[in-house]
Amino acid sequence: MTRGFKIPKRITTEINFEGEVIKIDAEVPEQEPEPISEDKKLNIIGKKVPRINGEEMVTGKAKYAFDINLPGMLYGKMLRSPHPHANILNVDMSKAEKHPGVKAVINLNKNNVRYVGEEIAAVAAVNEEIAEEALDLIEVEYEKLPFVVNMSRAMEPGAPRVRPDGNISKPRPRDRGNIEDGFKEADVVLERTYKTQVEVHNPAEVHGSVAKWDGEKVTVWDTTQATHGVRRSLAKALQLPESNVRVINHYMGGGFGGKLGLNVHTLAVANLSKMAGAPVKIFLTRKEESYCVGNRPATIQILKGGAKKDGTITAFYYKSFNNGGVGSGGSNASPIWDMYQCPNCQIEESSVYTNTDASRPMRAPGYPQGTFSVDSFLDELAEKLGMDPLELRKKNYTTKNRGGTGTPYSSKGLDKCYELGAQRIGWHRRNKKPGEGKGPIKRGIGMASEIWGGSGGPGTQLDFRLLTDGVVEIRCGTQDIGTGTYTIIAQVAAEELGIDVKDIKVMIGDSDYPYSGSSGGSMTAASVCPAIRAGAADIKGKLFAIAGPLLGENPEELDVGESRIFVRNNKSKSISFKEACKHITEGMLTSNETRGPNPKGYAFSTFGAHFSEVEVNTLTGKVKVIRHVAAHESGRFINILTSENQIQGGTVQALSYAFFEQRIMDEQTGKMINSNYYDYKTPTAMDTPQIEPIIIDSVDPVLNNLGMKGLGEPPRIPSHAAMANAIYNAIGVWIRELPITPDKVLAALEERKEG
Amino acid sequence: MPKKREKKIDKKHQLSRRSFLKGMGSGAVTAAVIPSSIAAIKAKESISFQETGVEKGVVNLIINGRTYNVEVEAREILADTLRKKLNLTGTKIICGQGACGACTVLVDGVPIYSCITLTVDVNNKNITTIEGLASDGKLHPVQEAFIEKDGMQCGFCTSGQIMSAVTLLKNNPNPALEEVKLGMSGNLCRCGAYPKIFESVLAAAEKGRR
Repeated sequence: MTRGFKIPKRITTEINFEGEVIKIDAEVPEQEPEPISEDKKLNIIGKKVPRINGEEMVTGKAKYAFDINLPGMLYGKMLRSPHPHANILNVDMSKAEKHPGVKAVINLNKNNVRYVGEEIAAVAAVNEEIAEEALDLIEVEYEKLPFVVNMSRAMEPGAPRVRPDGNISKPRPRDRGNIEDGFKEADVVLERTYKTQVEVHNPAEVHGSVAKWDGEKVTVWDTTQATHGVRRSLAKALQLPESNVRVINHYMGGGFGGKLGLNVHTLAVANLSKMAGAPVKIFLTRKEESYCVGNRPATIQILKGGAKKDGTITAFYYKSFNNGGVGSGGSNASPIWDMYQCPNCQIEESSVYTNTDASRPMRAPGYPQGTFSVDSFLDELAEKLGMDPLELRKKNYTTKNRGGTGTPYSSKGLDKCYELGAQRIGWHRRNKKPGEGKGPIKRGIGMASEIWGGSGGPGTQLDFRLLTDGVVEIRCGTQDIGTGTYTIIAQVAAEELGIDVKDIKVMIGDSDYPYSGSSGGSMTAASVCPAIRAGAADIKGKLFAIAGPLLGENPEELDVGESRIFVRNNKSKSISFKEACKHITEGMLTSNETRGPNPKGYAFSTFGAHFSEVEVNTLTGKVKVIRHVAAHESGRFINILTSENQIQGGTVQALSYAFFEQRIMDEQTGKMINSNYYDYKTPTAMDTPQIEPIIIDSVDPVLNNLGMKGLGEPPRIPSHAAMANAIYNAIGVWIRELPITPDKVLAALEERKEG
Repeated sequence: MPKKREKKIDKKHQLSRRSFLKGMGSGAVTAAVIPSSIAAIKAKESISFQETGVEKGVVNLIINGRTYNVEVEAREILADTLRKKLNLTGTKIICGQGACGACTVLVDGVPIYSCITLTVDVNNKNITTIEGLASDGKLHPVQEAFIEKDGMQCGFCTSGQIMSAVTLLKNNPNPALEEVKLGMSGNLCRCGAYPKIFESVLAAAEKGRR
């Protein structure tokens, strides 16, 4: 200490983020609060607490980036390619520049475009209509090139090349054990092909940004899941110091993974605004939202698996092709790789490139696709083995990752999900013989399992203040993308300080606040909440130092509850929290605690099991989900109300994936046909079944000081697979391609009749 | 280009707009409420909308009990007038084609999609938006219920959901679950918060009975 500073401890933590292992190196606190013991009675954590910002949200006062109106604000538009593949020979902007009301035009200087909707230029004008007129006045000379938008066609020899080195990427291999030995050991071997569609994020609030300059500093209101990430990328792109860029996102109308990075239109809006000397706003149209800013890739998945007579899985071979558009198709293999005990496993995954916009992460990237194949496959295997599908899953249960060959999970409550889920749906009621129901309308029950990361990780920093009137202010550069981050932050702080949530003021969604990571990978809650608890505990100690002398007690002997500070062994000796705060002589108490590291030696995953009951009309092919039970184990749940909502919402989105949604491309023009809310089908209230969440009461023993894991993505992962298995149980016919539309159901029934 | 757009407008609307514009006196009326942003642009630009082929005029709107005289273009949709000119941004636009209900407001008590309603067509009418639902600082029971039951996730479709729920309960104060679903089926929620929205509407009905 003699040199006047201290060297903090830094730890590198490995995190399973969106199915990839990433490393976070971060400074960690010297001392962490003790974990909350499992039997401690909590008043606010684990309860149904309505959103603290609910009033803003139901009165229209909540300001989204879409709502920003600034004096003198201009409106921008992007000029996008109408062609799926073309060289750009010339861009003439002179007419657009002269158009009355146009204030700035930017050429992005592209030589080549590779999908319909790729950005070419941007304009800003006094209103949207004039901006649109200006787009029509930009003259672009294209040299049209051959293109391909259909994944299967792109894989054919001689297909137009999307990338110079070919349309199929070199497979990304992963393997363990020896699959040949595994298949030799098996009594039953099956190989099946599963297909899934392109799903578009289509968040309620389309992508958009507003930029306003003040000298060399720019403020950007952006629809983003990564307030700090966008600030950093934008500063780099604008060649500005990071401190000259501020990104604000107080509310956002959904992202689902499509709003994680810096977008072309966001950089354009900043440049247009600088050029025009006025604030500029660009919000995409619903059409642009549909085919310009990402999607969940379509897949063709081939899964071969073997099992012994008793159900022991001996080998998996998995090969998949994912339609990445002009980008990467990502990976689906983790559910096959990790979920069920299997010593021998070989994976080969390739991206297929097409002339469509690059895929982006979408709520549990890859996992809904991989789960559809592996959990459908397990049901087929169970049938061949003459086993109950749930028993087959239990038979291959494992408490270590990599199919039982890897690292032990810190906690795994999947067994409880199986037990309580089966009980709730009435698993025994399912058809013993699939399709045995009488009459044209047949019912069936099916299930599927869920695995996902969601550990959270270190790096979140805080500005935590306690003011002399007893009000707490928390500033943190995380964001609330609709999951209820504001509220869980307030809950954790209020619980630790023994006060009411209404006395906690939560300020997030602003890069001027201390750093926190992006909201993806179900990482927000378990990254932020343990830091909040650390900050609150730190503040509590500081307040005890003031309250101790007031009560004539050793501060170590104090505790909090019911808005009072009291002596642990003599509750009657107490002072109100607010009264104690009046004695803060330095204006406020502050803390800058951070999130601790995840312990080494464990794998961290969240688990769940969904059970679905469906009704299939064999005359019309229409499927109706009657009832859906969704059991989840995610460690300690902070807010039961918003957690239930998250579970039900994830299930509704998966139901949409199962039966409604799919991007349809016109192969002749390379354009998306259904780029609007009428033609791109999602469920309405009428399609929504009874969805019963089951929250498994559990606490992770080691992961963090709250014993919590994430929940955002897990409910989206298994529901459609459970529904597909329920359809088989109802009609005795497998449908291995999503979405399961009436025509596919009728065709499958017809095929069986003929077969 | 603007000429082409004008042609798309159907006869009926054109007639009603023409007569409306005539009544207003070809835009010479001074608007009582013109937000500073628009005024500033107009002063700075001195753009003549007539030159670009766009008709304009001043409408009289009674929004949440307050009267506004606003200069609007003939082609302007109500959602834009509310959001851009009056800064009443609680009304949202999601689909922009009358498919999702996010822009629902009440016109003389009847719910309409403000993204496919021309502002000139609601001249002199009573409009209620989400901002006007609470009275004397007290939330409407439907708003209270949406908070209590968490009838929202990202909140972007919530204003529209609430406006539809208010209408549903006015017409049917004691709805069964299936009636709630039917009544709310014109409002999409991409987050899939439907189960909690149903609970909220049923809870609001319960409040009404108490």
